[in-house]
Amino acid sequence: MSTQTVPQIERREPLWVRLPVLSHVLNSVGIQRTMLVTGLILTGIFVLLAIFAPLIAPFGFSQISDSSGDFPTQEPPSAKHIWGTTVGGFDVFSRVVWGAQTAILVIVVAVALSIFAGVALGLASGYIGGWLDRILVVVADAVYAFPSLLVAIVMSIVISHGQSSLWGGILAAAISITVVFIPQYFRVVRAEAIRLKAEPFVESAKVIGASSWRIMARHIFRNATRSIPLIFTLNASEAILTLAGLGFLGFGIEPTSASEWGFDLNKALSDVTAGIWWTGVFPGIAIVLTVLGLTLVGESMNDLSDSRLRARGRKRTTAAGAKGAKPSPGASAGEAAGHAKSTEAGPEAGPAAGSTGHEGGQA
Amino acid sequence: MTALTETPPEAAGVPTPAALKRKTGGGLATYLVIRFLLIFPTILILVTMVFFLMRITGDPITAALGGRLPADQLAERIHEAGYDRPILIQYFEYLGQVFTGNFGRTISDNRAVTEMLATFGTATLELAVNSLIVAFLVGIPLGMIAAHRRDKTADAGLRIFAILSYATPVFFAGLLLKLIFSVWLGWLPVAGRASTTTEISLTGLGAPTGIYWLDALRSGNLAAFWDVEAHAILPAITLGLLTAGVFLRLVRTNLIGTLGKDYVEAGRSRGVSEFRLVTRHAYKPALIPIITVMGLQIALLLGGAVLTETTFEWKGLGFQLAQYLTARDFVAVQGIVVLLAVIVAVTNFIVDVIAALIDPRVRY
Repeated sequence: MSTQTVPQIERREPLWVRLPVLSHVLNSVGIQRTMLVTGLILTGIFVLLAIFAPLIAPFGFSQISDSSGDFPTQEPPSAKHIWGTTVGGFDVFSRVVWGAQTAILVIVVAVALSIFAGVALGLASGYIGGWLDRILVVVADAVYAFPSLLVAIVMSIVISHGQSSLWGGILAAAISITVVFIPQYFRVVRAEAIRLKAEPFVESAKVIGASSWRIMARHIFRNATRSIPLIFTLNASEAILTLAGLGFLGFGIEPTSASEWGFDLNKALSDVTAGIWWTGVFPGIAIVLTVLGLTLVGESMNDLSDSRLRARGRKRTTAAGAKGAKPSPGASAGEAAGHAKSTEAGPEAGPAAGSTGHEGGQA
Repeated sequence: MTALTETPPEAAGVPTPAALKRKTGGGLATYLVIRFLLIFPTILILVTMVFFLMRITGDPITAALGGRLPADQLAERIHEAGYDRPILIQYFEYLGQVFTGNFGRTISDNRAVTEMLATFGTATLELAVNSLIVAFLVGIPLGMIAAHRRDKTADAGLRIFAILSYATPVFFAGLLLKLIFSVWLGWLPVAGRASTTTEISLTGLGAPTGIYWLDALRSGNLAAFWDVEAHAILPAITLGLLTAGVFLRLVRTNLIGTLGKDYVEAGRSRGVSEFRLVTRHAYKPALIPIITVMGLQIALLLGGAVLTETTFEWKGLGFQLAQYLTARDFVAVQGIVVLLAVIVAVTNFIVDVIAALIDPRVRY
């Protein structure tokens, strides 16, 4: 976000410039920068809400009374309950705030699990190949082609079978979401691993006598996982939507063990018919803003890494001459990197990576 | 959501057809046959996974009735249904049943699963078709505008619309539309597929199709027709807008790609109008990848249908699925999931065939 001089592209830039998100901000211009920064702000608010939920929320998520007596039910927004109360007497504002915490827990667990499993399977499948590869590809494709919400539903039946404490519910939701995402990581990493397998440095490692395990863990892993941060941001938003969808269908977390936006929306459905809008609108907006923030970050980063989608604004500035005066070595180098990446990634990785980018380049 | 893929069939990790093709050098026919045969492993894998996953945690009768029946009665019913036999025997029996179209009987309301699927499937079909129409009408023209006005205000606005349509869960969109149009403005009905009187008159009809507007037209009852349509508007818009956002992005990205091609430039230099360039020259080549992706939209659409139906009490497969889930009736759930798996697999096949017919590169 700085306006200071754009760093020279040498071999060594300061570390902070090379950090994924920061370098994206520095390399962006115009609308893209606005989108990225807006996304970062929304995501930041979401994370802060989640961390400081106990301080921000005036009441507990399942609190229905305080020292002055029971909370009124279905009360419109007032001074005490700024976003009103639900039919059960919960404070809507507090539940929305606590919901951020649940959502972030689920995202972190889900994405961490799916990256771990997806990367491991993808490496093994791509590097070892053979029948293992074939089976894994067919299974991953079958799961991938199926409506993710249904996969999540089946998984949550398997895992929780009904009862849902806080951690039980979060784990169930997270694992259900994980199963949906594993194929995505799997495909990207597998395609990369297949490509890298033929690279000279892998062969030289083999010649030296490195074990398959070592080659996978040290040589291929580091190179095959470059596009993972992108998928991560895009998946985080999907994880929230899936969690909300599960909750909306009643497969989430019990209201007494944690607050969950989707569940609250389900309860709000019957309120709406009676004209009670505050129980549904606020949790809904919370979902929209959170997903919006994460999507904007993911999309912008995706566009910035894809030269075909990014180049435009900059070319114009360069052509128009000195006006913006910002076209910089940093930018063009980034572009070159983008090119290198899309060519290297090859025909298989291209669409696979694009699949998670909503606008990923056409193959 | 698998919605956002832009994967040509080869890259979808189906190595078999490509590999085989190179060996045999076969043409379209070989490709079609192999692609058709590939449907079965996909369905088989899904059926197998769903079966074993649902059984890991116990048999369906305990899940549905456990705690409500005394232990001996429960054991008796389990024995009757054959759930106490080895799981592999049950699995092969189940496979045999599925292939003969027998999905068993639901536990909660004891009806044949096949009949249940037929009844509610038509409702879901109606919703899906309605919302696809909305998605096409909204998504494709807007995508063309966005590509044409690239990086201008209109484009920025449309992209925000597309991102918002993705970021808004369908059930929240539905809730908002319901609040505004049904509750506050009172223009449209709140929920359901038709008002009670219409529903009664329609079910009285001989050989109903289950598609309400068709039945209403056949009965010649115009009031019933308008009633049905009024009920269909909000769900169709809710689900349609979700898909429209995806179409918009796809059309935009692909059109931008083709608009930069030399032949479009050549057309421009000959004085072809921008409008004609977009709608005639650039649009068709841009369609090919879009068709492929639309096949994958069916998965998103079905997932969205589950939520939309629940929101609007639209009594289709999704609504029933939620009901059966609450009742822990896993036989019924399994039936619905398997049906949806088949639909997805078959749609993907059809889409691949269309893509192969349009674009020779797919089949080499």
